Amino acid sequence: MMRPGRTQEFPQGLAVRPKKSNGQGKMAFWLLLPALVAVFGIVIYPVVRTLVISLFEVNSVMATDTPFVGLGNYEKVLSDAGFWAAIGRTFYFTVTSTVLELVLGLALAGLLNARIRGRWVLRTIVVIPWAVPTIVNAALWKGIFNAQYGALNGILSQLGFQSDYRAWLGSPTAAMNAVIVADVWKTTPLVAFFLLAGLASIPNDIYEAAKLDRASRVRTFFSVTLPLLVPSVSIVLVLRTVEAFKVFDIIYGMTRGGPANGTQTIAYYAYTSAFSDQSYGMGSAISYLIVIVILLLSAVYLRALRRSEMSLL
Amino acid sequence: MTNELARRTVLLGGIAGLSLTASACSVTGGGKSKGGSGSGKGTISALFMKQAGYSEADIHGMIASFESKHPDIKVKPTFVAYEALHDKVVTAAPAGTYDVELIDVIWPAEFASGGLVTDITSKMPEDWHTRMLGGALNTAEYQDKYYGVPWGPSTKLFYYNTAMLQKIGASKADLDTWDHVLAVSRKLKSHGVCKYPIAWSWAQAEALICDYAQLLGAFGGSFLDSAGKLHLDSDAGVKTLTWMCQTLKDGLTNPGSTTFLEDDVSKSMAQGQTAFSLNWDSTYRDLNDRSISKVVGKNGVMATPKGPSGKQPGVNGAMALSIAKSSKNQDAAWKFIEYVTGEAIQERYIKSSASNWKASYDKPKVIATNKPVFDAYKVALRETILRPAVPGYNKISQGLQVEIQKALLGKKTPSKALRDAQAASNT
Repeated sequence: MMRPGRTQEFPQGLAVRPKKSNGQGKMAFWLLLPALVAVFGIVIYPVVRTLVISLFEVNSVMATDTPFVGLGNYEKVLSDAGFWAAIGRTFYFTVTSTVLELVLGLALAGLLNARIRGRWVLRTIVVIPWAVPTIVNAALWKGIFNAQYGALNGILSQLGFQSDYRAWLGSPTAAMNAVIVADVWKTTPLVAFFLLAGLASIPNDIYEAAKLDRASRVRTFFSVTLPLLVPSVSIVLVLRTVEAFKVFDIIYGMTRGGPANGTQTIAYYAYTSAFSDQSYGMGSAISYLIVIVILLLSAVYLRALRRSEMSLL
Repeated sequence: MTNELARRTVLLGGIAGLSLTASACSVTGGGKSKGGSGSGKGTISALFMKQAGYSEADIHGMIASFESKHPDIKVKPTFVAYEALHDKVVTAAPAGTYDVELIDVIWPAEFASGGLVTDITSKMPEDWHTRMLGGALNTAEYQDKYYGVPWGPSTKLFYYNTAMLQKIGASKADLDTWDHVLAVSRKLKSHGVCKYPIAWSWAQAEALICDYAQLLGAFGGSFLDSAGKLHLDSDAGVKTLTWMCQTLKDGLTNPGSTTFLEDDVSKSMAQGQTAFSLNWDSTYRDLNDRSISKVVGKNGVMATPKGPSGKQPGVNGAMALSIAKSSKNQDAAWKFIEYVTGEAIQERYIKSSASNWKASYDKPKVIATNKPVFDAYKVALRETILRPAVPGYNKISQGLQVEIQKALLGKKTPSKALRDAQAASNT
């Protein structure tokens, strides 16, 4: 039996292709050409070029003498303690920020879905953090967390929660958590809107049936809302995990990887190797390792989610 | 199935081949980015920093003046933070985005050996060797060749809040050594005048190495041993770092210092929250600017205090203007560099940066415009401490920044941190 929403699969060799005349084929080619050129120029070419560079020792952006080292750069990276430390920090950032964004996003989506007056105003305000460019968001939170004149220290001191100003970005753990706060503030609205779309698609009669069965609000949430939100949650989970794993700009703007490399994530590590150290071979190898980790993560997610009947993936 | 596989293999191979062909069979593509002299006219792009030294307004003023003298050349400036300058020069190199680039004293070895900047030795007039300060001329020198023209010698000076000193009956004379600075700081703290008397730029950045270098010099140390080899874990280095950690433990150093860059330190001084700091020469201008400072007329400047070794070297923090190797208009770029590094322009903007030219230091009119800084310079430039001029400096510096921060944050002992920095620099 065919699952709803899935296309019928034809046996090998029996796939039906619409016939096109020669004129139509040419027309299609010319229409596709600009897109093909763009995809080749900004996706395929850089991807292949990076792979090529990762196999050579390249120590300057203008270097002409670049010996072939095969997988040497990959071996070097994998035996570097700094790489594994960066991977660990990246996983911490990814898991913590994604979980927080999901939980807060779900709460926010519930609020935005409630039938309250002026709901559209609330929805407009909520989207503002997402509209702020990441680098601006980083500068904003860097100012808020500033040890000398930051708003957070000012508010906490005024309210009597602390007697002394704290350097919120002064220790590796505190700085990483501060970066996560900034990321959660910016990205939670996006998660909320994804989940809001999911919430809006749940038929009201299911809730009415639950009401008739005298299900409590908590029971309704866990037995009706959450299972029916799985498709939206799965999309958010994959998107946010991949995005969080590649985190760079907010780190660059807030801490530049410090203090004591405490916020140096894997993407920042790749950037430093390539552009600050001018070790382009190493930087390219790290980039490819990031791609492999993201592919693995995505594969695990997709496999897990395909097992779920409710998943759209 | 086999046909499909073969088609995909051919496609992938084709893309790889095309990628290499597009880069002219060079892995980087850098070899084909050849610059040229150009016509000496037209538009040139110049990359500057938006931080210490000449301000954006100063540079716009210099450009306007240059363009009025050379109407056939237009200059298009770009300003970035110092922290972004190195990477901007590197990433712009293959495309030849900039003709003129501001570079730091620590980069000529890397940029010259990497083929990013042009050798300008033959362009430099012979008399510059006698008319320019010796220390300044060497700013962009690598293997006996010049890769840039210095744009003002620079070092970190010691700034103090005179109003705070008055409150405890202290004066400039009490700040001659770092030990005395700490004694005065304790008094300021115990009298409730200032909670954290000293602020430093100890964020994970080059700024940290500049402060460390200046203190290392005061403790009689150097980054190199007598044989010229990198020696980061010297006794003097360990003593310096131990001293830095102690000032944090004693609450004399602002704990936010591990997140501060020079700009944050300057703001802290300008807001009257800090009594002492090390900063670049242009800070005196900023502390006396009513639009950004609450301590106008309440601050002093002097050369860095002496350390236990009796020495007080300033860190060499000069910048230089270079011509990008991929610039297609190198003659026009040179005309611009020659003009803005000239004696007349440097004297006009003397409040923002010191002059390269020996003659400037004998002109009472020039000295009078920024006398406190000139007086401090006379002492500070007697001896300077250099950061290692090696092609891989950036990587060494980053390793050292991380290890120093680990010691400052109490994650490692100073000796272990410097040993690890030394070990990392050897890999």
